[in-house]
Amino acid sequence: MNANTPLLALHGVSKRFGAVQALGGVDFEVAAGEVVGLVGDNGAGKSTLVKIIAGIYSPDEGEFFFEGKPVSINGPTAATELGIATVYQDLALCDNLDVVSNLFLGREKISAGAAGLTRRLDEIEMERSSEELLSNLAVTIPSLRSEVGTLSGGQRQQVAVARSLLGEPKVVLLDEPTAALGVAQTAQVLALITRLRERGLGVVVISHNLADVFQVTDRIFVLRLGLQEATFTTASATRSEVVAAITGATERTAANANPDGGRL
Amino acid sequence: MSSAPQQAAPPLPEKLKAPGTDIVRRFVQGDLASLRVFVVLGLIWAVFQFENSHFLTAQNLTNLFLQITAVGLISVGVVYVLLLGEIDLSVGAVSGLAAAATAVLQVKHGWGPYTAIGAGIVVGLTIGAAQGFLFTQFGIPSFVVTLAGLLIWQGALLKVLGSTGTVNITDPKLTGLANTFYSSTVSWVIGIGVIVVYAGGTLWAWRQRVSAGLADQQLAGPIVRVVVVGAATIAAVSIFNQDRGLPLAVLILIVFVATMEYAATRTRFGRHVFAVGGNAEAARRAGIRINAIRIAVFSIAGAMAAIGGILAASRLLAVSQNSGGSDLLLLAIAGPVIAGTSLFGGRGSVWTALLGALVIGSISNGMDLLALDSSVKFMVTGGVLLVAVIVDALARRQRQAAGRV
Repeated sequence: MNANTPLLALHGVSKRFGAVQALGGVDFEVAAGEVVGLVGDNGAGKSTLVKIIAGIYSPDEGEFFFEGKPVSINGPTAATELGIATVYQDLALCDNLDVVSNLFLGREKISAGAAGLTRRLDEIEMERSSEELLSNLAVTIPSLRSEVGTLSGGQRQQVAVARSLLGEPKVVLLDEPTAALGVAQTAQVLALITRLRERGLGVVVISHNLADVFQVTDRIFVLRLGLQEATFTTASATRSEVVAAITGATERTAANANPDGGRL
Repeated sequence: MSSAPQQAAPPLPEKLKAPGTDIVRRFVQGDLASLRVFVVLGLIWAVFQFENSHFLTAQNLTNLFLQITAVGLISVGVVYVLLLGEIDLSVGAVSGLAAAATAVLQVKHGWGPYTAIGAGIVVGLTIGAAQGFLFTQFGIPSFVVTLAGLLIWQGALLKVLGSTGTVNITDPKLTGLANTFYSSTVSWVIGIGVIVVYAGGTLWAWRQRVSAGLADQQLAGPIVRVVVVGAATIAAVSIFNQDRGLPLAVLILIVFVATMEYAATRTRFGRHVFAVGGNAEAARRAGIRINAIRIAVFSIAGAMAAIGGILAASRLLAVSQNSGGSDLLLLAIAGPVIAGTSLFGGRGSVWTALLGALVIGSISNGMDLLALDSSVKFMVTGGVLLVAVIVDALARRQRQAAGRV
């Protein structure tokens, strides 16, 4: 469906935790300007896959290609440097810090100060860039200086996504971005995801909510018991097909159906 | 390809509140803890002044400030540890050991006073770094590491002091730290310098915000802050000048508090300290080397303990087996907590080291004036600490109820 080289491609990725085979030989890819939904039941290996892409886990086997070139991701920093940003379900925000501080956490801007001695935080520059970033993304926050702990769930999610964009990533991984959100807030977050696609980013969305997945993704990648069960083009897939792949209720699915699919 | 979702996200005004209730809420939730502690301090002073009219004299207030410098300096390091959500129980013992190292090197080994002071600070810094290293590398709770440290460094103090058990300090440079008073003119020059620097910095920052076209550009806030700080400085200098003049020790304390407050709120390091204290996992994922931050903070605590210990030794003209012992540790931790630094990490300010030491010092000083028994002193100080911790816990619960952690 995408003729161009995928931004990020993984081939034959496996990961084992003791006796548990969390992932077995998974091939995964995402292209620029594409939103891929990563779905599967609990324990299917979604989080493991995302953590491998994000560099949190190192895979036992498997190859990585970024923009067609083989790469190795041996740590979160390596992933970030490649241009892979991850927004975890717990958002990893510091509730005691304000929006600007959270957006720039770990990459604060510094101004040399009067004598070049003081090396203080450039709050003004950070606040200005924050304002620009959030308005580009059409994110609405009461005040850039409000503590993140005072924001609603949807606002916190949007801050977390916005933060991931500050590193100018090419791929953004979103872990359950709409879990525990109300209807209006979910709509805000989904709208934000489409804006990421419009910016030409490759977006991977893990979700349990098939309604959201169908609404926002281009492609749906189904994992089951650590193996890739099926890949669907969202526009031509039906919900029952996807559910069947998730639960393993059918042997036949789409193109890259897996031998394990025979297990009923 | 699927199409983009059709419905536009409606921007929802999610927080609307009256400004008046906002101040009440912030007061209850502990954001205005420093205002709260000023009220408490005012009450304490009023009560003691009512009971003994000598309390608010220039001489007694100067004594009060001299009494709190050592504990205040130690508390500066403790604030950093508390901001991480950790605790350092060794600061008292480290202050004693570092002071002993300075005194022994200067008196018995003939080191120069400044070299000896430097060595004492290095002792504190190294101990702090070592404790931070053990805490981070082995994942032992800081409580336990520093409790072990407390015992070890107390033992080391006895060892360093040797058989005599007391080292008297006579070097004028060492004793001068706590016993130097600036003349009236010099005090005013320093005081006015403080006001000019503070006002200049505040107004400059405000102008920067205005020219950058950022929000909340009202001039009222900066002006109120400058007026308050200016009035406090003028009041302090005139009080000190009525007695012996501005003490060097107080100047040292204020310089350290101001510098470390700057580091906490205006530098990348300080931001990272708050981040680790607020959510260590988030900080780690943001690429902050959280163990490096922790080790640095414990090193600061050790160094500040050493500086406080050296100042205490300078004031008492000696280092003894009791140096850094007794209730020094607990007061150094209680002070910032009383003044609003959270025990749970991520919330607080270096000023609470000074404010808390003032509250505790005032209680202690006032009860001395009233010639109360030390049994009463201990119980009252303990009671105040307990109330402060309860207020902190209630504020935290309020924040959680309001959806803030």
